[in-house]
Amino acid sequence: MSSPALIANSDSLREAFGKTLSSLGDEFPNVVVLDADIAGGTGVHHFRKSHPERMLQFGIAEQNMMAAAGGLAATGLIPIVTTFAVFCLRAVEQARLSIAYARRNAKIVASHPGLDVGPDGGSAQALEDMAAFRAIPGMTVISPADPVEMSKATRAILEFEGPVYMRTGRSPSRRIFGDDHVFEIGKGQIVRDGTDVTIVACGVEVARALDAAGLLAEDNISARVVNMATIKPIDDAILAKCAAETGCFVTAEDHNIHGGLGSAVAESLAQSTPCPIEFVGVRDQFGASGEPEELAQQYGLTAPFIAQAARDAIARKKKSRKKG
Amino acid sequence: MALTLRSITEEAPPSPAQDLEKQLALAANFTRKHVIASIYHAGSGHPGGALSCADLMACLFGAELNFWPNAVDDPHRDRFVLSKGHAAPALYAVAAHYGFCDAKAALSLRKLNSKFQGHPHVLDLPWVETSTGSLGQGFSVALGMAMGLKLQNSKARVYTMLGDGELQEGEVWEAAMCGAHHKLDNLCVVIDYNKLQSDNTNNAIMRLEPLAAKWRAFDWAIAEIDGHNISEILTTFRRAGATHGRPSVIIANTVKGKGVKYMENIPTWHGSVKLTREQAEDALRQLGARNEEIAELLNV
Repeated sequence: MSSPALIANSDSLREAFGKTLSSLGDEFPNVVVLDADIAGGTGVHHFRKSHPERMLQFGIAEQNMMAAAGGLAATGLIPIVTTFAVFCLRAVEQARLSIAYARRNAKIVASHPGLDVGPDGGSAQALEDMAAFRAIPGMTVISPADPVEMSKATRAILEFEGPVYMRTGRSPSRRIFGDDHVFEIGKGQIVRDGTDVTIVACGVEVARALDAAGLLAEDNISARVVNMATIKPIDDAILAKCAAETGCFVTAEDHNIHGGLGSAVAESLAQSTPCPIEFVGVRDQFGASGEPEELAQQYGLTAPFIAQAARDAIARKKKSRKKG
Repeated sequence: MALTLRSITEEAPPSPAQDLEKQLALAANFTRKHVIASIYHAGSGHPGGALSCADLMACLFGAELNFWPNAVDDPHRDRFVLSKGHAAPALYAVAAHYGFCDAKAALSLRKLNSKFQGHPHVLDLPWVETSTGSLGQGFSVALGMAMGLKLQNSKARVYTMLGDGELQEGEVWEAAMCGAHHKLDNLCVVIDYNKLQSDNTNNAIMRLEPLAAKWRAFDWAIAEIDGHNISEILTTFRRAGATHGRPSVIIANTVKGKGVKYMENIPTWHGSVKLTREQAEDALRQLGARNEEIAELLNV
């Protein structure tokens, strides 16, 4: 097993990723890590320390790094491309042609996604990455919620054959899961049960969704929370089940509401069980400087916003049932 | 009887090297004819840049690459990446000549669901090393292959062909810096320097010169050659293979549309163009095809 023991409760997702990757290095001798001069930022300085001979420096040149990963994979290695999410956007076309179209077993692990980046500001806050990578055929897109899940997901992507885009995170992360947490690519999980509404979240928003469910409980609203760590392929079965059992949804993500988790959930439900959905996320805007919590508050990503969205979804559900 | 130097030279049989050069010239000629035929059947395609690289491609597939049709997945094979993916018709033709695919099947270029797509795709043809068609990327993929092979202590070499217009992509210079930094002496770039690109000359669109100085400044071993002189191409590949501690680049001066007079040095034939029956027949005749061969290539 990966070693969550290494991981501190407050570790950021990038630290959890880097530590886990380092601990798995011997077990996966074909793994090579590609860096564009930000190993300290992406967490892979841990791997550099443990496996310096398998750390490949590309300099500040992400397009070349991304396409070269396709070439490395073609020789039987498992390349892990590491950079900030916003710089992955710079190399989307390389990921498309030289990784996904060629069906290479390469992994792209992006730190610093979303408003969670904080003070670096709008230019550095990727709010479009999941949308871009989700649109590439054959690309699996993952956004784990806490350090334990990140650790499990790191092992899972190495065992999985095929191209993956995975988000980590910059800020200290809240621990949600115990060491016995099970992560499976393509599977959502009910992390809190409820009957009135389902909140589907990924990444940093899972902890906020749980807080929101707590707030709603104070008003006697029973909210279910689903951790949807795999955005693509989306878990259609759990969504259909939750639709049947709760009848309305809120999605929550640190991403533009266009093209990410919310869109994936809506696409799935539209084809199985149409029902009211409210979207929590950044509303087609760029970010700004500020601490992550300040930004989450300003852009409407915190628990009270999710709770309000849940009330709105429930109201729409009741209204449509009256009509029906 | 007095011996004369003259009589000895007249009677000497052709050397193995001369035989090889003759074979490669035939391969290049076949490549050009097949390019014309496949683009004629497709109703679109890029003839200019496929004709300019035909001699270089023939030398790679016929002499330089340790790459064989019955061992396309040998981990220690040499790799060739056509970074200028729009020259796919030349790749398909030369590969057909050397037994990697069927020449007649390759005339299905660009047709619905053809494995011979407008740009090469690795999942369609097992002997294609990677999918290309977005300029700059093939070079980076080849570089990744060269790195991966070195890491695994393979002696295999990696070759990639770039167009001149392709050098305007920033990614090319990222890869150039990276190849030298990592001392990838198992990597060889061939530049099909025909001086023309889609809309006009390189000079008019975005100047490349001083080109050799650019690569020299990036610390690559460089050679500038005539990309239609087979003897010179072969010698240069041999020298490139002996380079230690640096990647090598061969700047091959070529003529766009080489072999078809009405195309030579005219940017319009960069493509994508539709060839009429008359144009295709004229081109094939200029390439030495007789009526029977013309019929065979065009009446499929």
